[in-house]
Amino acid sequence: MLLTTNDVKKIAYLARLGIEDHDLEAFTHDLSNMLNLMTQMNSINTDEVEPMAHPLPQSQRLRADNVTETNQREHFQHLAPHVEDGVYLVPKVIE
Amino acid sequence: MHTKTIKQLAEGLRAGTFSSVELTQHFLTRIEKFHALNAFITVTQEHALTAAKQADKRLAEGNAPLLTGIPFAHKDIFCTHGIKTSCGSKMLDNFIAPYNATVVDKLHHAGAVMLGKLNMDEFAMGSSNENSFYGAAHNPWHENVVPGGSSGGSAAAVAAGLAVCATGTDTGGSIRQPAAFCGITGLKPSYGRVSRYGMIAYASSLDQGGPMARSAEDAAILLQAMAGFDEKDSTSINEPVPDYSRHLTESLQGLKIGLPKEFFQHGLNSQIAQDIDNALNEYRKLGATIIELSMPTLTMAIPAYYVLASAECSSNLSRYDGVRFGHRCEHPADLTDLYLRSRAEGFGSEVKRRILMGTYALSAGYYDAYYLKAQKIRRLISDDFQHALTQVDVIMSPVTPSHAFTLGEKTADPVHMYLEDLYTIAINLAGLPAMSIPIGLSADTPEAPKLPVGLQLIGAYFSEAKLLNIAHAYQQVTNWHQLIPTGFE
Repeated sequence: MLLTTNDVKKIAYLARLGIEDHDLEAFTHDLSNMLNLMTQMNSINTDEVEPMAHPLPQSQRLRADNVTETNQREHFQHLAPHVEDGVYLVPKVIE
Repeated sequence: MHTKTIKQLAEGLRAGTFSSVELTQHFLTRIEKFHALNAFITVTQEHALTAAKQADKRLAEGNAPLLTGIPFAHKDIFCTHGIKTSCGSKMLDNFIAPYNATVVDKLHHAGAVMLGKLNMDEFAMGSSNENSFYGAAHNPWHENVVPGGSSGGSAAAVAAGLAVCATGTDTGGSIRQPAAFCGITGLKPSYGRVSRYGMIAYASSLDQGGPMARSAEDAAILLQAMAGFDEKDSTSINEPVPDYSRHLTESLQGLKIGLPKEFFQHGLNSQIAQDIDNALNEYRKLGATIIELSMPTLTMAIPAYYVLASAECSSNLSRYDGVRFGHRCEHPADLTDLYLRSRAEGFGSEVKRRILMGTYALSAGYYDAYYLKAQKIRRLISDDFQHALTQVDVIMSPVTPSHAFTLGEKTADPVHMYLEDLYTIAINLAGLPAMSIPIGLSADTPEAPKLPVGLQLIGAYFSEAKLLNIAHAYQQVTNWHQLIPTGFE
């Protein structure tokens, strides 16, 4: 396998994605298979090729620096799992 | 009423043969009757009847747009103000969108009546609809068969006559593959043609919304209402939208069709190859000539796509953190625990695999080997298409290597499922428009049910009108698009 369970633990932490210990083997197996598929790319020489990030060769459109959005804080905060006095609440970060 | 075209329904509404309320009620009754298909995540009955009443009023006043009073449904990836927008995920099971996607606004203004929100693979990641938090939608052609994905609910609903037409989105084949599996007509427009504002992002450089309908004629009408420049989408293209219906009936005399030989090699089901041969013969009769093409980089599309799509997915889905909206775990010990568990509980396995894969491909030390390499291959694939499209007017190919498969058949091996996308994903990498139209049915045997077959039409940038014309011409001389699965007549 191209990856170890430790690799997957590390990647999962980078992605802030909890993985249960009993699922680690399966994810390691699947991700190794996916990487295996991706290594097929090495069979093509791409030395002189310009990378393509986007299907259309256009530059970022700009607009006048005017305020276009209205304040909808309360409307949006209705969706939040936990708010108080207009702020989003999370567990204490700094003691 | 559920087998009529948009034009026929529009005429009926204007002649007073039936009202939009009656038409809407007819579809709501069918949705209820065929509930077991699981095509809908949310049915918006009250909303639909209110919209239908408004449509009837508008029709009575005259000058109503063509789609006024026509019942349709949205894939649950488009944000609908005040209505649950789940994207097929537990993460957004409690998400009531606070605004409308541009496509939703446009169809609302066109007078179309939204029946509800359609089932889909979670965050549009999947080829079978089995990755939905709400369970898989079923294929109307056979209950044990997948409808395809990710727009599986859209395809199933249209094929079963639960909606006149539907919206879908296509990142790697998610409109075309389910259209092929369910025997309907689907179009993925050129990247930038349809606004992505309010369409929940999976892989932003590949995602594109488009119409799913029972014919090219209906797809043209729906695309007309969906397409156009939107300043709220930074990648929207400011190009005029042609009158898609006007070009439908143009002659195909002299049309040059290219067939990339790489798409007709091993792995393609022999019955599908035969159906494509038959369809090509119809095109010859319509005046087309066939030219064989070689596009060797196409074989690299799957690995390149899964690197790029996973990388963009890992970045886009980082917004689901359990803080501002969406699922949050119970009693987080600290902020890290809140992130880890909210995301672990909110996402399904396929989404997790792609987030992990993308995170790996973008991480220090691997970026050049995977992400940059894939972007270079994307360039080669795009160049291959550009070159081919200077020689021919349209490229034709299979949509899928095999007929729709049975539920559970491919879920054990994700890579096996990815290979389903062999013929569709290169088009997203290049950003080109492409369609799937029904061209046959598999033989009916005791072991396997009769299942539809699709043909893919690929065109140059912004050639949607031409593709619809090519599809419509075929649908004028064949009736595959009019077949209705048994039990849904």
